[in-house]
Amino acid sequence: MSPQLIVTLLVFAPILGAIIAGLFGRRIGDTASQAVTTGLLIFAGVLGWLTFFNVVSGAWPSFTVQLAPFIDVGRFQSTWSIRIDSLSAVMLVVVTTVSALVHVYSWGYMREDPSKPRFFAYLSLFTFAMLALVTASDLMQLFFGWEGVGLASYLLIGFWYDRPTANAAAIKAFVVNRVGDAGFILGIVTTFWAFGTIRLAEIFPQVPAIADHVWRFGSWDCRLMDLACVLLFIGAMGKSAQFFLHTWLPDAMEGPTPVSALIHAATMVTAGVYMVCLLSPMFEHAPVAKDVVTVVGAVTCLFAATVGLAQNDIKRVVAYSTCSQLGYMFFAAGVGAYPAAMFHLFTHAFFKALLFLGAGAVIGAMHHEQDMRKMGALWNKIPITYAVMLVGTLAITGVGIPGIDIGFAGFYSKDALINSAFWAGRDGDGVGVFAFIVGVIAAGLTSFYSWRLIFMTFHGHAKWGQPTHDDHATHSAQHETHAEPLAEADNAHGHGDHEPHEEPWSMLVPILLLAVGAAFAGGLFDRGFIGAGREDFWRGALSTITSGRLLDQIEHMPAWVTWAPLLVTAIGFVAAWYYYILHEGIGARIAARKGLVWSFLYNKWYFDELYQIVFVNSAKWLGDLLWKGGDKRLIDGLGPDGVSAASYAIGKATARLQTGYVYHYAFVMLLGVAGLLSYALWAFAR
Amino acid sequence: MSGILSLTTFLPLLGVAGILLVRGLAPANDERTASAARWIALVTTLATFVLSIAVVANFDRHRPGFQMLEDITWFNGLRYRMGVDGISVLFVPLTAFLFPLCIGASWRSIKDRVVEYMIAFLVLEALIIGVFCALDIIVFYLFFEGQLIPMFLIIGIWGGQNRVYAAFKFFLYTLLGSVLMLAAILAMISIAHTSSIPELMRYHFSPAYQTWFWLAFFASFAVKMPMWPVHTWLPDAHVEAPTAGSVILAGILLKMGGYGFMRFSVPMFPAASVQFTPLIFALSVVAIVYTSLVAFRQDDMKKLIAYSSVAHMGFVTMGIFSGSLQGEQGAIFQMVSHGVISGALFLCVGVVYDRMHTREISFYGGLVTRMPVYAAVFMLFTMGNVGLPGTSGFIGEILTLTGAYSVSTWTAIIAVSGVILSAVYALTLYRRIIFGQLTNPSLASIGDLVGRESIIFLPLIIATLALGFQPRLVLSITDAATTQMVDVFHAATGR
Repeated sequence: MSPQLIVTLLVFAPILGAIIAGLFGRRIGDTASQAVTTGLLIFAGVLGWLTFFNVVSGAWPSFTVQLAPFIDVGRFQSTWSIRIDSLSAVMLVVVTTVSALVHVYSWGYMREDPSKPRFFAYLSLFTFAMLALVTASDLMQLFFGWEGVGLASYLLIGFWYDRPTANAAAIKAFVVNRVGDAGFILGIVTTFWAFGTIRLAEIFPQVPAIADHVWRFGSWDCRLMDLACVLLFIGAMGKSAQFFLHTWLPDAMEGPTPVSALIHAATMVTAGVYMVCLLSPMFEHAPVAKDVVTVVGAVTCLFAATVGLAQNDIKRVVAYSTCSQLGYMFFAAGVGAYPAAMFHLFTHAFFKALLFLGAGAVIGAMHHEQDMRKMGALWNKIPITYAVMLVGTLAITGVGIPGIDIGFAGFYSKDALINSAFWAGRDGDGVGVFAFIVGVIAAGLTSFYSWRLIFMTFHGHAKWGQPTHDDHATHSAQHETHAEPLAEADNAHGHGDHEPHEEPWSMLVPILLLAVGAAFAGGLFDRGFIGAGREDFWRGALSTITSGRLLDQIEHMPAWVTWAPLLVTAIGFVAAWYYYILHEGIGARIAARKGLVWSFLYNKWYFDELYQIVFVNSAKWLGDLLWKGGDKRLIDGLGPDGVSAASYAIGKATARLQTGYVYHYAFVMLLGVAGLLSYALWAFAR
Repeated sequence: MSGILSLTTFLPLLGVAGILLVRGLAPANDERTASAARWIALVTTLATFVLSIAVVANFDRHRPGFQMLEDITWFNGLRYRMGVDGISVLFVPLTAFLFPLCIGASWRSIKDRVVEYMIAFLVLEALIIGVFCALDIIVFYLFFEGQLIPMFLIIGIWGGQNRVYAAFKFFLYTLLGSVLMLAAILAMISIAHTSSIPELMRYHFSPAYQTWFWLAFFASFAVKMPMWPVHTWLPDAHVEAPTAGSVILAGILLKMGGYGFMRFSVPMFPAASVQFTPLIFALSVVAIVYTSLVAFRQDDMKKLIAYSSVAHMGFVTMGIFSGSLQGEQGAIFQMVSHGVISGALFLCVGVVYDRMHTREISFYGGLVTRMPVYAAVFMLFTMGNVGLPGTSGFIGEILTLTGAYSVSTWTAIIAVSGVILSAVYALTLYRRIIFGQLTNPSLASIGDLVGRESIIFLPLIIATLALGFQPRLVLSITDAATTQMVDVFHAATGR
């Protein structure tokens, strides 16, 4: 098979599955729908790895399959195509692998759900849109994929459509993403008028030539590249849930857990990072935009980590962790270390999908309980889940030994991010210093909330198994808990004793495979992504102007910089151990006191409340005002209704003259005759 | 194939003759007469659609000028001229595409005066097609104003509770604009000594005249579009009109405003168009933001969609007056796409209205459990309304924004907020009707789409997706004419 055919099959396999399961799911039945979609996804996954190894080894030079023309208006031209280079190959492998594993996992996780074909169709539809996004060769197809994954995300968050919270979260996700997309659209249009094209291959060679052009945007002058890149980055902020546009991601946890793992951890939310790396030739010439990326990334990194400290819903902790890790990737991209950002994207996909699917297994084991305060001491009840969650935690906290360079996946990639920021700061990049400091602090916070999750869930005293007690006592405190709506499953289980149980193998096998990735993906691919072999690995798929300099220097890192992340990680671990094992209950007492800091973190810095007032309520108020005040009173009042009222009034007034009395008419006639006579005398008598 | 345009235009009148014949032979108010009227109307509109496809097939897309010309001396020095170019040709199949669907949608829901209803629709179709084919300004005016009468009757006779108010509001608004246009037309003819549209396009009116003529035409087309602030007739007309009336109103009648701007205002009065571009842009973005916010707060399904139409038409006017190729192409595309999507949305409303006889949003909720197929169809068109890439709704928005951006960045920045707001109102509407739990007991036995309804939706679904993935189906036809239009405009204004 030719490479062109392989990648075409790879991209279209998921949509085939989606169409079959979506349109004929009810006719062919649940099992057939699941088998078709999962089978096609595994097929795509195999092709994904095949493509990946062929491309990064250089066996296949990068190429683009032209499928069909899309838009063609003057120079505004776009083509449906599949662009294959190292960058897209990395994404292909991430997307198809995680998606295939999530498909398999969902056999077990969704086993009691009545609408399985719809679920699997949505999952496959998402995968197709994501593949269209990563293989785009122009900004229009990129945007198509971008919105396509947004649609799939909307459908899957709101999958349980009878729950108001799920519907609200789905709309919120779509609308907040649309705010980013509005910026993205303006970015595309700016790029078009700047370069006269939206094809990536035609844009990149022109960048140096027009890098210094200045444009008037609205009412201020700015450098063209900065303008275009900042606008495009607003799109990335929406999709990747960065500060200001992050509010949708935690709510997106309303969706089924496999969705959270696939879309809201491993793939879709990393699309923003991918976009910045893909457009790195543009960002390299946009210093202001790069600083914006760095600062937004660093702020998100810290913000989300702090919020993660205080959450009790196991999925929300992982969600904020995702948000924070995306911040890491962005600040690395912002300082120019694109390969490092992509490397973290790659390893993060494994360990974060692992953590989510593991969390799903815990939730299943606890009979759909998501509140960590009601867990504890689960490690010997569900040992396999415990083991893989440990691996995931070791990977996300970046445990490893700097001296001999051995560690879990996050060790390689996260250190590369922090070190890049350090060197960027060393080279005089002020925001680099900021990013470095934030990165180190956030590493400590990451360690704390990650171990807190492990300790609260698996260690300490069991807070489950007291059914009479727990239903009433903690009811008031669980308003933020969103148990998944498989309540009937509890009764159907037969063993009503609420004993936690290990989930079926269909769920455990994907987790175990991800655990292998979380353990070894860093060490295996370190050399290619960011090490000595990176030129041969990337082959010009992303800009290496700054990143080459930054990554070369990682070899010569001062010792304290290499050890700093590990040290803060250890501190975070010890702190978590102190609060949640040694003095179990301190955490709960702090929460109970509802201190200022705790409330601030627990309520996510009050962003939702702020946005509710500033955007939602004001839009409603304005809508009502314009409708009732503007349309009804002003326009209709002065316009048609006013005119008709006026003519009615005039008609009524004149009608009053018609009294029907002859002497009235005779009198008026007399007046008229008199008037005419006087005029005639006056006019002719002169 | 000379004469094909007249044939397409007047074929629906043959159906009228057929219905009248049946009516004359059979007793009135007989169910068989009604049934015959339905079938005759359906067959006639389908035949018209086939002819309209022949028109497009016969159209040479590489030639920018007018084609399939007809020119006959009429009376008293007036001439009957017909012809189409890339700007007008697609509106013929769009019109002919929607009418059979409307007849199908009225199959069961219209029970009174079926004969008269079908006659009104056939006359309306003939007049609308005539508007887009006319190449003589007098003929154009006759068609343009003529269609007011059947539409007025459709709203006023087969409409809802408040139909008389709505019908008069509709009539007064549109007629008021048209009176000014008629005055301008007469003045133009007396100055240029011709009523031929192609010759008027080549005639250079002096700037002073251009300003007055532009304003007179603007009065008529702005009402028709409708542009803010003369849009308030539209929600009322939609709410009161029967489903099929709404489909035609949103799907085609609104497009006559945009078409008029592209056929008359921009090419005939280029200097005035440049002069008034700021006004148009301001009204366009106000329309996009204002009506989107108003749409968000509606509790009547039809009113919500009507307001969203006004917002979408804002993109059209913005594109037309950008004077750029992307803007003009996008404007035509947006009009065609909106014709399909808004028509489909009104049909979606009609489906539940036929079952429950209310358009109150809060009455519904949780329909997905009873009507999964309907939910899927409605979702597709909701996404089209939102302008999701892959549906036709996206292409027009991105192209008109691109066009406007080159002229005025601020316009594009404000207009792009429509992308956000459309998601807000459209998804909220969808959630309130389709999602949630089915709590209203009267909905407990509501049925999913029946075969007839599915057949009506299928072509609309295909059109929405086909145009979304392959917009060149439209763009390649409009390319030559819009390119020439933009070139002439730039040459005339030096912009």
